[in-house]
Amino acid sequence: MASILKRRKLCCLEPLKCSSMSLQSFDGQKTDKKDEIFVTPLDNLKEKKQKKKNKKQAKEWSCVNNCCWRIGFLCTTWWLLCLLYHFLPPTLPGFQIPESPGMRLKREGVPALHPIILVPGIITGGLELWEGRPCAEGLFRKRLWGGNFAEILKRPLCWLDHLSLDNETGLDPPGIRVRAVPGLVAADYFAPGYFVWAVLIENLGKIGYEQKNLNMAAYDWRLSFQNTEIRDKALSRLKSKIELMYITNGYKKVVVVPHSMGANYFLHFLKWVEAPHPMGGGGGPGWCAKHIKAIMNIGPTFLGVPKAVSKILSAEGKDVAFLRTMAPGILDSDYLGLQTLEHVMRVSRTWDSIISLMPKGGETIWGHLDWSPEEGNNCHDVKKGCVKHTAGDNNYNNSDTKKNFQVKEPMKYGRIISFGKEASQLPSTLLPVLDSKETSCGSNSAIVNLSCIQKIAERNAYTVRTVFDLLRFVAPKMIKRAEAQFSHGIAENLDHPKYNHYKYWSNPLETKLPDAPDMEIYSLYGVGIPTERSYVYKMSPSDKCKSIPFQIDNSAGGEEGSCLEGGVYFVDGDGSVPVVSAGFMCAKAWRGRTRFNPSGVASYVREYQHKRSASLLEWRRVESGAHVDIMGNVGMIEDVLRVAAGATAAEIGGDMIFSDIMKMAERIHLRL
Amino acid sequence: MSLIRRRKAAEADKASSSESKIHTERDEEDDKKKEGTGKSNKAEQKKNKWSCVNNCCWFVGCVCSIWWFLLFLYNAMPASFPQYVTEAITGPWPDPPGLKLKKEGLTANHPVVFVPGIVTGGLELWEGHQCAEGLFRKRLWGGTFGEVYRRPSCWAEHMSLDNETGLDPPGIRVRPVSGLVAADYFAPGYFVWAVLISNLAQIGYEEKNMYMAAYDWRLSFQNTEVRDQSLSRIKSNIELMVATSGGRKAVVIPHSMGVLYFLHFMKWVEAPAPMGGGGGPGWCSKHIKAVMNIGGPFLGVPKAVAGLFSAEAKDIAVARAIAPGFLDNDLFRVQTLQHVMKMTRTWDSTMSMIPKGGETIWGGLDWSPEEGYLPSKRKQRTSDTQLTSHEENKTLISQTNIVNYGRIISFGKEVAEASSSKIERIDFRGAFKGSNVANTSCRDLWTEYHDMGVGGITAVAEYKVYTADSIVDLLHFVAPKMMARGSAHFSYGIADNLDDPKYEHYKYWSNPLETKLPNAPDMEIFSMYGVGIPTERSYIYKLSPSSECYIPFQIDTSADGHDEDGCLKDGVYTVDGDETVPVLSAGFMCAKAWRGKTRFNPSGIRSYIREYDHCPPANLLEGRGTQSGAHVDIMGNFALIEDIIRVAAGAKGEDLGGDQVYSDIFKWSEKIKLPL
Repeated sequence: MASILKRRKLCCLEPLKCSSMSLQSFDGQKTDKKDEIFVTPLDNLKEKKQKKKNKKQAKEWSCVNNCCWRIGFLCTTWWLLCLLYHFLPPTLPGFQIPESPGMRLKREGVPALHPIILVPGIITGGLELWEGRPCAEGLFRKRLWGGNFAEILKRPLCWLDHLSLDNETGLDPPGIRVRAVPGLVAADYFAPGYFVWAVLIENLGKIGYEQKNLNMAAYDWRLSFQNTEIRDKALSRLKSKIELMYITNGYKKVVVVPHSMGANYFLHFLKWVEAPHPMGGGGGPGWCAKHIKAIMNIGPTFLGVPKAVSKILSAEGKDVAFLRTMAPGILDSDYLGLQTLEHVMRVSRTWDSIISLMPKGGETIWGHLDWSPEEGNNCHDVKKGCVKHTAGDNNYNNSDTKKNFQVKEPMKYGRIISFGKEASQLPSTLLPVLDSKETSCGSNSAIVNLSCIQKIAERNAYTVRTVFDLLRFVAPKMIKRAEAQFSHGIAENLDHPKYNHYKYWSNPLETKLPDAPDMEIYSLYGVGIPTERSYVYKMSPSDKCKSIPFQIDNSAGGEEGSCLEGGVYFVDGDGSVPVVSAGFMCAKAWRGRTRFNPSGVASYVREYQHKRSASLLEWRRVESGAHVDIMGNVGMIEDVLRVAAGATAAEIGGDMIFSDIMKMAERIHLRL
Repeated sequence: MSLIRRRKAAEADKASSSESKIHTERDEEDDKKKEGTGKSNKAEQKKNKWSCVNNCCWFVGCVCSIWWFLLFLYNAMPASFPQYVTEAITGPWPDPPGLKLKKEGLTANHPVVFVPGIVTGGLELWEGHQCAEGLFRKRLWGGTFGEVYRRPSCWAEHMSLDNETGLDPPGIRVRPVSGLVAADYFAPGYFVWAVLISNLAQIGYEEKNMYMAAYDWRLSFQNTEVRDQSLSRIKSNIELMVATSGGRKAVVIPHSMGVLYFLHFMKWVEAPAPMGGGGGPGWCSKHIKAVMNIGGPFLGVPKAVAGLFSAEAKDIAVARAIAPGFLDNDLFRVQTLQHVMKMTRTWDSTMSMIPKGGETIWGGLDWSPEEGYLPSKRKQRTSDTQLTSHEENKTLISQTNIVNYGRIISFGKEVAEASSSKIERIDFRGAFKGSNVANTSCRDLWTEYHDMGVGGITAVAEYKVYTADSIVDLLHFVAPKMMARGSAHFSYGIADNLDDPKYEHYKYWSNPLETKLPNAPDMEIFSMYGVGIPTERSYIYKLSPSSECYIPFQIDTSADGHDEDGCLKDGVYTVDGDETVPVLSAGFMCAKAWRGKTRFNPSGIRSYIREYDHCPPANLLEGRGTQSGAHVDIMGNFALIEDIIRVAAGAKGEDLGGDQVYSDIFKWSEKIKLPL
């Protein structure tokens, strides 16, 4: 009788269980069995029926209660651990954290001397909302970019809407004001736990820096550089900040530390501040010499990055291509109407600043169809992270590697975009020749028609020069906006009056450094990480409207040890910026008195060999050379600290080179 | 077991509520059966034992899941939902002033500078002792105050300044947070400037034309320049904003002590370089359109005296009255007040708010400008007509004793009420302080009281009554070191001859009665403050019962007024004000001393008084109210915000409607005989 009742009750509960607790039912069953084991030895005297009943009881009990029990158990344990953690002394005895460079220098008695300005790069700076559409209600002065990115998950479309800029002007869309977060909080952490500047700031704090002599020049990194001045007065603020710090710190010159795109931004500033008033800051010709001691560029993108090309062309890079290989279909599926990449592309194409990262210097720097400065690069070593260079050894007389690239066909890095793997490897004479003018068909129509796309693909290989034609075709509005803001060529005659226009200021190959003979320019960057250099593309399989017509051909991979992997050719670099871009200016074009550096500003290259982390505990370790992680590299931090405390380049050891930058620089035939 | 069963059933039934009755009935039947069979069953017994721990876990799990579910719902809720609910209950809210004025077509015009007051600005750690490991660039002051609970003595140590220099103690660097975040919220949810900022943003303000002049509010004003170059930063930022906004002058909005700080700044910026900012005589008229002081303690606040004298004020006195012994007990060796006192006495800035102007302003033994004030009077006036209430006042005054507000500190209630001829006073100045009463156990908690013997303490009590003049002497007597620091940075008198070259020293710059306003005839000065809240004005003290390690004086909380409407409550006499600053201090300068061309205002800068009558929030949903007049809550007062926005958008004092007065400030100003 009882069992019947039980069963009836079970039947009543059954559907509920399945619907509401279906997720946990698996867990429930598992514990069921445990219960069974627990119960049966005691029950072995009872008959089968009784057993069955017990089992049912247990099952019934288990479903909801077990879940609650589990959650409760986990919560209690968690709280207990939290409590213990809080009672833990800040430093465990026996667990010695290696001394930070700041502490060591403090003990050595190195005090804060020169004021410091940090210039963050693209992406890393926080952006907050000042005025928004109704969908962004309650987000006033909350971070849209940086922080925990909670709003992406809550209201993704609204978020994208607010982060894009106006497609015509490159400024705010009507009714939306998103502004850079000011102060050191702007870019100390990008997301909770993911430091950008925080480690450097902490080390500077140790030797006595504080708000009055340490400042961050936060700017809206989505805008073109001149627009940050027009809209936010960011350059004027930076000028006033530097002047104030110079005066209040006893007329000590400022050390500027730009990172990534910040290096280009600061180049722009150097020209802006000395230019006369309507377009420039009106500081006069001696301003830089008077106010700036050194510029310590960290992972600078002086000559651009090839990554920017693929980002603009198809909103993907190595990471996206890798993801596509891992889980094909996720990104391309239309399943929830997500079209993530399309949205990313739509938004990022409104950001002018990406254009500033396009490779500069054309084929002279980046190579053409059959030649590139990096040819002969040995990817095997780079990838394994065991390159055994010694500092200053740039002759590269290792016979092994020489043999290696004599045997193999040199990589054609000059072809930044090639359609199909063959096109990336064929000798140039076999490539179909197509007049670039022809590709301009349909550029005025909003929808890029299919035949044009095919024509583009027929072209097969694009160098840095021709890739602009390609982009002009696929993103006409963006390139049109950008060409008013940036230039990517090489100046023939730097005294030509046209170079007084601000669009040339962020291109080191079209500007002269300021007349400041006492100033020093450093290029600090990591090496030993495979870095994207050129891409193999293919047509997208789907023809659905609005989708991106091209994508990286992730099936294109070379044999073991080749530089081609997942449709991307790699060279040495810091994971984002190839060595050529980061190092060439300081290694050659600014070395000594050249036409780009008429007053002979001293320039130094300091490379930091990337070392792979030994364990997960040192997640972003202290010897990393990766583009952002290098900000935690102890060697680099010590260099910055020493220069800030008054050391000259000779005192910190001059150049420090692990890569082939000197050799590559020699191969580049640029008139100096 | 049955309990669990039932609960579970009830939970499950939430989804299918229609069938719930049948379920529970069945459950009960079930339970009976189970109990019958279960008791004979060994397995069941075992299970019962087991369930004891499990029950707890189960319960915690349940609570957690429900909590998470609610959190999820809360997060999934649209942001405008709470407002919708509130509006449904209380009726539609008025448009916030920013939105209203945006509809009128006002746009951002003049750059705006905020000058926060004492206490409200955030402070963060840049270098600390071992105990503050891991707090680098974390807020010590402001924010969640989490560290106060975790390591209180470490926290107090880092918040204190050096007792000799008033600057950083060795090895500790605590610095102000910079930017708008410094004082937008004091603690999570407790706004200071945030409401004003968001309203300004609505008419187009943003970071480039708003600037928070954050400074370390613990330091004396000149020391903020010496240590942090705060004044230079403000100067450079104002210059930058004026230049980048096409030469439009700045509107400065100081709050509370920021008012004094900005007075100091205006003198500093025009003074020549070694001591001043070297801006030259025309700087203020070139860069500043208006100074809109919110709740400014121009002439100091009596609260500062009580704070310095015995580290207590009305709030602590009330706490002591409610729970006697709690604060004084030695049980956990907490000695909270002593710790607070030790810390606050190292802060020079508190001395900037000691009442200024002496007996001329604050009243002597037998008179005070506010005499005849009755807290009930204003309530009546709002309902009755002016004439009848005036008559009533007269009768009321004749009935009750006139309160001697001038006696800022009196020992005993009788003394406070007696006429001056009856008080016998023994001068404490020069009295022998006696030997040190403190035993060595008190040394770890050094307040200057321990250097003072029984003789000194009785001498202080024997003087009986202290007016604003003798208060300064009293503080010199009980805390010589602190006042030695203080008198190098602040002055509390009235200048006889403002052209005396000694007034070029920076210690006079923050006292409006010892400085001239800058030569800026186009500038406007507003004094905006709340009225209608009883505000501390004078205190009745007694000797502490125990005298070991304690602060020897405390407010006599047993002293209460005769009737309900009396001004005396818990040992504190109150007058009209904004809960912190009495009307007299906030309004007198703009009402009289700076009106027209006076010797304090030689260029005839126009001054306006804008009072905001306090209207407490009607219900809890309104939070801190949109019509509040309280010292900090007034920053969310819609009328005040509207005034500020109008001025920032270009309006002048006359456009706002000139003076707006609810209190007797003009009457009281008349009574003050200050040569102008």
